[in-house]
Amino acid sequence: MKEIVVLSGKGGTGKTSLTASFALLAGSSAVVADCDVDASDMHLLMGPVVKQKELFYSGKEAVIDQEACISCSRCLEVCRFDAVLSDGTHFEIEPVSCEGCGYCARVCPADAISMKPSLAGELYISEVRSGAHMVHARLGIGAENSGKLVARVKNEAKTLATRDSKALVLVDGSPGIGCPVVSSLSGADYIVIVTEPTISGWHDLKRLRELLGKFRLPSGCVINKADLNDEYADKIRKYLEEEKMDMLGTLPYDENFTAAMVQGKTILEEPFSESETAENVRGIWQKIQAAVGWSKE
Amino acid sequence: MKITIASGKGGTGKTTLSTNLAALWAEKRHITLLDLDVEEPNSGLFLKGTPINREILEKFIPEWHADKCRLCGLCQEVCEFNAIMKLGTEIMVFPELCHSCHACSGLCPTGSLPMVAREMGELYHYRMDNLDVVEGRLAVGEEQAVPAIKKVKEYQKREIPDADLILMDSPPGTSCPVIETVKDADFVILITEPTPFGLHDLKLAVETVRGLDKEMAVVINRHGIGDDGVENYCSDEGLQIPARIPQDLNIAKTYSAGKLIYPVHPGMKEELSHLIVFLESL
Repeated sequence: MKEIVVLSGKGGTGKTSLTASFALLAGSSAVVADCDVDASDMHLLMGPVVKQKELFYSGKEAVIDQEACISCSRCLEVCRFDAVLSDGTHFEIEPVSCEGCGYCARVCPADAISMKPSLAGELYISEVRSGAHMVHARLGIGAENSGKLVARVKNEAKTLATRDSKALVLVDGSPGIGCPVVSSLSGADYIVIVTEPTISGWHDLKRLRELLGKFRLPSGCVINKADLNDEYADKIRKYLEEEKMDMLGTLPYDENFTAAMVQGKTILEEPFSESETAENVRGIWQKIQAAVGWSKE
Repeated sequence: MKITIASGKGGTGKTTLSTNLAALWAEKRHITLLDLDVEEPNSGLFLKGTPINREILEKFIPEWHADKCRLCGLCQEVCEFNAIMKLGTEIMVFPELCHSCHACSGLCPTGSLPMVAREMGELYHYRMDNLDVVEGRLAVGEEQAVPAIKKVKEYQKREIPDADLILMDSPPGTSCPVIETVKDADFVILITEPTPFGLHDLKLAVETVRGLDKEMAVVINRHGIGDDGVENYCSDEGLQIPARIPQDLNIAKTYSAGKLIYPVHPGMKEELSHLIVFLESL
């Protein structure tokens, strides 16, 4: 089984629209995982029919039993997150600040603090219109541990792929370089980075590359909106050569991406399927397949 | 007043808005901009000022001292973040996963896990006339954004204590780092684009901000592309839209080169002026 993770560093570079296009090209040979759990938009292009749904609990949250509390203030003393609110006699936990470390519960001499599992989000397994299964999630508001939800989405996708003998797992990852991204890297065979020739796209590409280097993961890059700025497009090309990353192709600045999105479609579908952009997307997918050593046939 | 600029979806123009708004507003009064998008801090690419200060951001992690340790394993048992493990006759610490809660250190019966400082990133403070910019930058490989965000906010309180108008550039999304930037704001601006993705993520962001009992308004970027979904949603939800930044290839090009938009695009300046009037009337 091969696993391809699509990342971007900077947000808004077209990562999700492209991943959805790849998913259509891979068809029923792939299992799709939307690991951008903070902004899980891929389902808007994939027409999912939810087959299975479950609540996802991750991390814990302290709760003080007011009857049992003896107002000794030990919890307040040990909390590093300013999550214990107190007027000196009444003590309570502010859930937004509590990181669920459980230190307060362990030191409470009256056993008045319990750790309750906190709801991190909802997980869905759906059938999408490419004929594949897709695993996606909705992160709870302000939930901790989005990294754990990412891991859960990925593992679920891998389990499905094994069960149904699918050879490919295609993952839409998060922007940034923090815990959800790191969590999406484990077990990956190849990373596709979607960037844009802007000063921030360039800056964020280098940070992401540095992160991938720590994991020794092979990667290739797509330059979207390539005609926006020649200077940065060239800088990115040179950088890819220096770093021995695959140059997977370029896409022009094309408002049809948005036009297709409004229709709930990818750029590969009517009336956009014959455009230069669509042609390039198909070419990029060929290169990715070659780089990963997988083909649909 | 503290104003947080956030977005559900990434790449909707958060940095464009915060840097341009800060620079234009600073023509009238003193502004402090905190770049709290510590995973990808980009304010400094657009606002180039005189360096005032650079600091190492540190977080505290346990350091194992083998001599007194009895290998009881309590540290591993109490850690909720799998950041410390007993492997054979050794205790291993995984700094990237540590939340600095001090539980393992404080509860260790032999005092074998003192907390020590470890670099997690850097902070840059620079100044242009009336504008102070403080940027937090997480070291690559560090996973926890929240401690770095807290440090940048602490720096502002310590070094720029009389700042009366603070803009905070938030990371995208709705998870813990965003909460950290929104929870002490007086007002929140959500920037989005008028597309199905923009609308989907805007709804999540609105729920998050409401969950924290904050007032907010919406700014639409790339106004003119997409559809009416965002406008209709805002009108149904009673959310004001004090500015609409037009879709314009020239704006995208100016941005791509790392330049401020409003000095060369009068339309942008006009929309930002509307926004400033709106924010000053709060």
